[in-house]
Amino acid sequence: MKKFLAQAYIWLLLIILYAPILIIAIFSFTEAKVLGNWTGFSVKLYTNLFSGGVSSSLGKAIINTLSIGVLAAAISTALGSLAAIGIFNMRGRARKAITLLNDVPMLNPDIITGVSLFILFVALGITQGYATVVLAHVSFCTPYVVLSVMPKLRQMNPNTYEAALDLGATPGQALRKVILPQIRPGVVSGFILAFTLSIDDFAVTLFTKGNYGLDNLSTYIYADARKGGLTPELRPLMTIIFLVVLALLLIINIRSMRNSKTKRIRI
Amino acid sequence: MTIRRSAWAIPYGIFLIAAVALPLIMIAVYAFQDRSGSFTLQNFIKFFKTPEDLHTFIYSIQIALITTVLCLILGYPAAWILANSSLNRSAVTLILFILPMWINMLVRTLATVALFDFLRMPLGEGALIFGMVYNFLPFIIYPVYTTLHKMDPSYAEAAQDLGATPLKVFTKVTLPLSMPGVWSGVLMVFMPTISTFAVAELLTLNKVKLFGTTIQENINNGLWHYGSALALIMLLIIGITSAFADRDDKHADEKGGLL
Repeated sequence: MKKFLAQAYIWLLLIILYAPILIIAIFSFTEAKVLGNWTGFSVKLYTNLFSGGVSSSLGKAIINTLSIGVLAAAISTALGSLAAIGIFNMRGRARKAITLLNDVPMLNPDIITGVSLFILFVALGITQGYATVVLAHVSFCTPYVVLSVMPKLRQMNPNTYEAALDLGATPGQALRKVILPQIRPGVVSGFILAFTLSIDDFAVTLFTKGNYGLDNLSTYIYADARKGGLTPELRPLMTIIFLVVLALLLIINIRSMRNSKTKRIRI
Repeated sequence: MTIRRSAWAIPYGIFLIAAVALPLIMIAVYAFQDRSGSFTLQNFIKFFKTPEDLHTFIYSIQIALITTVLCLILGYPAAWILANSSLNRSAVTLILFILPMWINMLVRTLATVALFDFLRMPLGEGALIFGMVYNFLPFIIYPVYTTLHKMDPSYAEAAQDLGATPLKVFTKVTLPLSMPGVWSGVLMVFMPTISTFAVAELLTLNKVKLFGTTIQENINNGLWHYGSALALIMLLIIGITSAFADRDDKHADEKGGLL
């Protein structure tokens, strides 16, 4: 009985947690403008979403989200992986300082990150747009890359790099041929993590996007929702996003379960 | 002479100074400046003299506290149940709890709005608190689960053998030992709740405003100095909150999984 109650509680919480998403998913298969009205099964919203193409503002927002995500994730992965190797080989005060500074973007609320970067760009007279958004995303994604590469470096045998150098490899060769293959799982997880963080971002983008009509998905949805009512095409889009996130998360988790004996769950 | 490997962190070090440290310094500088650039405390005085902003600030703290307490009441039992069930299943269930967290906050919030519309329930303060709890519940379940899961069960068994009732075992052994997880969960709920914006507007049809929105409005309206002062006040609150929480930094490098 006690066990049953406990299980029931967990399921109740899960149902409540998933109810909103489920409702959106269900009503993405009907044409009604107002959510909650069922006017028969239809995939029209899905076809609308894709036939709108890149010319529509929603299409543009999706393209922006993805391209910013890939760009920001690529830059943070390169920057963060190199930094992790560097930090790993640092000692003393320098290491402490950079580790502390690396923690700041993760602890900072989005709005503070956004406002502070906005003020910086204003103070330096930098016009805000695509480039500033990418830069801002790199600043909050890279710490996560560093943290996902670090454990892989700790598992590595430190002598292999020196052995490569002794055998005549240049540091660049040793990086490519010795270090990189061993930390690759961490680098890949870092890239996926950075990408999901970037495509998910709202607050930082809102403050750094400038006034030239650049929108990612979140800022588009925000503007749309404030106009009152939600574009019906967002329902199938949200459903698709949920499925994509689900797939990405499963990949990350299966990877980390396979890679670590301790079965830690990476969220 | 080859470059030392520690030098590979130099580009990122420079980036951190330029894109993380400098912006924060700029907020502090702007907060203590007027439009002409001279030093002033006027921005902070203005905050205390604007009843609307002051009220929004206090109201936001209240909402954040209510959300945190509700998350704790709902989340702790869930974490406890998960920690006490068989490992494989609890790991999967935990992922199920964490999954919605990865959906865009705005999307989740609009989904909540949709749920309330669907159930013909009015939007307002109730919806706001539901939405907040809905958004942040996973943040408390995860850290509490982790500490409970790592806890050595022999402590509780020993207490039981020595004649403690189940309630006593919980209040005297399990709960105190799980406090680090509770604290980090509280932090992870309280800090984002206090800084949330946009969510409140959507869940209350613009009737309720939280402090994050106040900051955004001022920045949007070109009141950068006042906006910076408000941001600094928010940073102060967050600093105080994290100072309260007794965090052990022994595993600082392993935080990767703890988001």
